[in-house]
Amino acid sequence: MAHPSRPGADDFYRTMRLIRRFEERSIGLVRSGDILSGIHPCIGQEAVAVGAGAALRRDDVLMANHRGHGHMLAKGSDPGRLLAEMAGRADGVARGRGGSFHPSDFTAGVFASTGTVGHGAALAAGAAWALADDGTDRVAVSVFGDGGVNQGALLESLNLAALWQVPAIFICENNMYATTLPVETAVAGSIPGRAEAFGIPAATVDGMDADVVFDAMAAAVDRARSGGGPTFIEFSTYRYYGHHTFELKDRLRYREEEEIERWRQRDPLALQESRVPAGQRAAIDAEVEKVLDEAVRFALDSAKLDPAEAFDYHYASGLTVRPGVAKSRASWAGASEAASVGGAASAGGAANA
Amino acid sequence: MPKLSYLRALNRALGDEMERDPSVFILGEDIRLGLTNTTPGLLDRFGPQRVIETPLSEQGFTDFATGAAMAGKRPVVEYQIPFLFLLVLEQIANQANKFHLMSGGQTSVPVTYLLPAAGWRPGWGAQHSDEPYSIFAHAGVKTVVPATPTDAYGLLVSAIRDDDPVTLFAPIPAQKVRQDVDPADLVPVPLGASRIHRSGSDVTVVAIGHLVYDALAVADRLGGQISVEVFDPRTIYPFDWDGLAASLDKTGRLVVADDSNRSCGMGAEILATAAEEMHLIAPPKRVTRPDGAIVGASPELDVALLPNVEQLAAAVLEVCNSG
Repeated sequence: MAHPSRPGADDFYRTMRLIRRFEERSIGLVRSGDILSGIHPCIGQEAVAVGAGAALRRDDVLMANHRGHGHMLAKGSDPGRLLAEMAGRADGVARGRGGSFHPSDFTAGVFASTGTVGHGAALAAGAAWALADDGTDRVAVSVFGDGGVNQGALLESLNLAALWQVPAIFICENNMYATTLPVETAVAGSIPGRAEAFGIPAATVDGMDADVVFDAMAAAVDRARSGGGPTFIEFSTYRYYGHHTFELKDRLRYREEEEIERWRQRDPLALQESRVPAGQRAAIDAEVEKVLDEAVRFALDSAKLDPAEAFDYHYASGLTVRPGVAKSRASWAGASEAASVGGAASAGGAANA
Repeated sequence: MPKLSYLRALNRALGDEMERDPSVFILGEDIRLGLTNTTPGLLDRFGPQRVIETPLSEQGFTDFATGAAMAGKRPVVEYQIPFLFLLVLEQIANQANKFHLMSGGQTSVPVTYLLPAAGWRPGWGAQHSDEPYSIFAHAGVKTVVPATPTDAYGLLVSAIRDDDPVTLFAPIPAQKVRQDVDPADLVPVPLGASRIHRSGSDVTVVAIGHLVYDALAVADRLGGQISVEVFDPRTIYPFDWDGLAASLDKTGRLVVADDSNRSCGMGAEILATAAEEMHLIAPPKRVTRPDGAIVGASPELDVALLPNVEQLAAAVLEVCNSG
């Protein structure tokens, strides 16, 4: 079998519950000022992350985007290290250099989370080509939203992926809005039609049911691993909390409450709940809370970064950048120790209160 | 000794590195035929899986190279026209060059971006005449501008072996140069190491790329009255500031010849850093392109806009007479 077998309903429920509660707790940490950036919550979209993640192996490559926490957890990232990353701490998956927007975790095959929308697709096409060229059966997956499908780099990468039949899977999470722009005012033609134009098998699939997501993904993974080339899947889904946590404060009026409520009626976690006996559910819920208690504790106990480390990791070759405010690295580090970062913390907390 | 042309040196570096390291491959437009003369023979030697002809989709294939690099490859991407480097500025400066940092060192992106037709040539128009290396230095992308065939060879080899993204600008006027070369001299040239083409004691002329030849001509012309040191940074990011400081300790006077636009060009950066941190006994000068664009369609107009030997000689005399 080229893809892992479908997890039991309880396993799907556990991971979905983990993602939902992880994001809810993260919003709390945004409000408390521990995550200064705010986050792009994936609440409402968990079924895509869980179904897709379960169809992949840990050594498959994922190029996520700014709304990628769920996909990372489903792919196997440690919740505590991911939270530490979002809080900019030393024990983060990317040593606090990626943050909430650009985390990567090579232990889970997450190579990147790109913020320039759509570019992950082209990165995945290149990674997929390389994995196949090396004779492996690993595949590369890119996740982007409905906003990404109009980007030139993404469309160019579909052409390259189809020309060279690379083992890539392009996942579009159509959550109906690109920041605030409704999909029907942004997308001419259809989303899968873009991929079909390049000869890539494409479909629109319900993204609110983890079983349905898994089956679609498993077929795409089988095709990619067996040399059958790329697949494009548009998952219909929805994010309840808007584009970014700033919307919790700034109530942008670009969608109706009724619309949010309609999608909540199809909540993927509630659907998965209905597939798990109540007693088992309670045990899972308690287990998830325990994991997250530990994750939050781990993240907040993790050391904040030392200003003297600001010059680390800019270049793989170890090249040291010239400081901007003084002649020597040593004097820059000394000066910055005196500077307060408290101002930034309180501003971020207020913005997201 | 055999003669080696600049483009033949690039071709040889590509072939040698592909031979040495199976993870090296090249992709770009019309490379199967070697349209720019950097890739002739490589398709026959290494096959279509390592000499990959791309459709006209620079943004897509530049990101593609980044993804391949993160998965363990060492791509060389070729572009035919200078401004294409700016079409893919996002892909190079904001994607490839930031993943080592954003991943906290989990990954590296060893891609070389090769521009074998950098700068102006007569009549190619305003959209084909740019020399945007300063933009990449500004963005913190490692950037080399070789002046000679041996440096073209050595810097391309080092760029390919480097674990970070590196852009290589090959100035068109420098490509006319053929050089007697002992094959034993074809060795890697470290990134960030300058080269003194001619030693002098009165003034340091920092000349980038093909302007090295103009600087040597000025040094010849003024040889009876002024001793000119010709300093070729070879890499403009990271710049060999220690090397420049040592030269200025000796001369105390500075002129920069830079084929960038004047505003925010490398010339401006070199003058500023020298003024802030180094020994100067006279106000420095730079000879550059003007702000904005080269006309490109009329050689007469362009020659008036591009840095040249006369401007450089005048600048050297002025600096030497002012302190």
